Amino acid sequence: MEIKKLDDLVYQTRRDILRMVHAVSSGHPGGSLGCTEFLVVLYHEIMRLNKNFEMDGINEDLFFLSNGHISPVFYSVLARKGYFPVEELSTFRHINSRLQGHPTTHEGLPGVRVASGSLGQGMSVAIGAAQAKKLNDDSTLIYSLHGDGELQEGQNWEAIMYAAGNHMDNLIATIDVNGQQIDGSTDTVLPMGNLKTKFEAFGWDVLEIKEGNDLNAIIVGLTEAKNRIGKKKPVCILLYTTMGNGVDFMMHGHEWHGKAPNKQQLADALRQNPETLGDY
Amino acid sequence: MKKKYTYTEKKDTRSGFGAGLTELGKTHPNVVALCADLIGSLKMGEFASSHPDRFFQIGIAEANMIGIAAGLTIGGKIPFTGTFANFSTGRVYDQIRQSVAYSSKNVKICASHAGLTLGEDGATHQILEDIGLMKMLPGMTVINTCDYNQTKSATIAIADYDGPVYLRFGRPVVPVYMPENEFEIGKVIHLTEGKDVTIVATGHMVWEALQASEKLEELGISAEVINIHTIKPLDAESILKSVNKTGAIVTVEEHNYLGGLGESIAGLLSLNNPTPQEFVAVNDSFGESGVPEQLMVKYNLNDEAIVEAVKKVIRRKNEETI
Repeated sequence: MEIKKLDDLVYQTRRDILRMVHAVSSGHPGGSLGCTEFLVVLYHEIMRLNKNFEMDGINEDLFFLSNGHISPVFYSVLARKGYFPVEELSTFRHINSRLQGHPTTHEGLPGVRVASGSLGQGMSVAIGAAQAKKLNDDSTLIYSLHGDGELQEGQNWEAIMYAAGNHMDNLIATIDVNGQQIDGSTDTVLPMGNLKTKFEAFGWDVLEIKEGNDLNAIIVGLTEAKNRIGKKKPVCILLYTTMGNGVDFMMHGHEWHGKAPNKQQLADALRQNPETLGDY
Repeated sequence: MKKKYTYTEKKDTRSGFGAGLTELGKTHPNVVALCADLIGSLKMGEFASSHPDRFFQIGIAEANMIGIAAGLTIGGKIPFTGTFANFSTGRVYDQIRQSVAYSSKNVKICASHAGLTLGEDGATHQILEDIGLMKMLPGMTVINTCDYNQTKSATIAIADYDGPVYLRFGRPVVPVYMPENEFEIGKVIHLTEGKDVTIVATGHMVWEALQASEKLEELGISAEVINIHTIKPLDAESILKSVNKTGAIVTVEEHNYLGGLGESIAGLLSLNNPTPQEFVAVNDSFGESGVPEQLMVKYNLNDEAIVEAVKKVIRRKNEETI
């Protein structure tokens, strides 16, 4: 896909995120905006996907969102990819909606394969799905996304140890390194240390995408990650992003982790992100 | 004349699980097994050696095990996880809640060493709250088996049921008295017919209930003993039918009375047919180290305790009818 088309998707996804969160005065715009470019590239440029959604996902790449609070970007990307009507984005966080505050399979939303939101569980699930692919002689891949603050949950390190020890080389786990979490920067809440050397010490193949909000850098990084699969090691991408990317007043801090813009702030944010593919 | 139950051998229920899993290894190619460093205790060794590709040694990382099991279902596998009951439930409650139950994943959580009969290891390992934890999860089926044969049959049966299941069994050798292959999820088994009292027992306590019914017969009390292996969903029809006849009920379980079988049945009766009920269960306490038989006496989980509970409930029934 041309970069222009990906750019259009990014702008439209940002608008979706902002409008969804504003409409219910709740949700998590910061991390959603920070991962928008990544998820747009992943779904439109990288993953091999079947036309129809089936839970078992045989012969297609699968994606697991572990940091489920960035559901707005996940929902927008899924809808714009055609998993469900974009109009349904207007039901986000409403009663009787398939678009729950955090993603779930419970309401049968196509594109979602496990519930997430309670943090730290997604990597284990991704490993299980990767094991099933190996058992099924299915050479397609498993992708997962995790917050950096989320790595404070101990279950991740059980999973990180297991994945390396069992050569899960069909798994590409991406860490959204934005350095922010609810209570402040990760450095002030609980310093993460050197994530690259930590993953490497556990036996992972680690690559970094320094410009985690740049479409070209993400394409290059994910393409490189794919080249590294099948070599006995799980692959970790450290994706350095800016929380709130694309909306000037939401960037460079943790304040917009879980806060919705008011009417005026929404107008300001939308002005910075013109409509490209039609609002829902 | 009341039917007598006898046995020729004693075996542990966990070996029934191992035997069931071995059979599934041959008949169900999609069944996979996961263990958190307790292959020997869970009797999973034969499956592991026969199907190394379908067996996952997770290490001492139960949270990861539950998550991996949930992920394996996405590729069409039927995962059976194995560890002690405490580490199968309390330790990983949120993982089961989100990644398995809420996500409707077809995971079979198989738990050995449940209850006081774990014995000498003491209260850190003797969970008495697991039935409550699991039955509260929407969509979770909860099964507690009584002997080797029933555990083997249940293990096989849950593979063909689509949905999350908690299968609870234990460590000690106990009499083998149930026929094989007499198992239907959610359907109680009537062991004896009686008219004075219904005794609904689960797990290791079913045998104690049978012993109690023989002692009660000598006292002229006719007890209807029901083997309830499935605690959720509850076989409401069978229980209500029995208490309609007997007018009194004693529930028996190796579990805290809070959150257990007795509480489920009390809820059922209060809504449909309020009936005098006595609980034979642990009285809201932790366990302790000791030989299983000693512990069962100390915590009032034996045939004598059941007899006393029956006498009490029949007194209450008679008072109410006056």
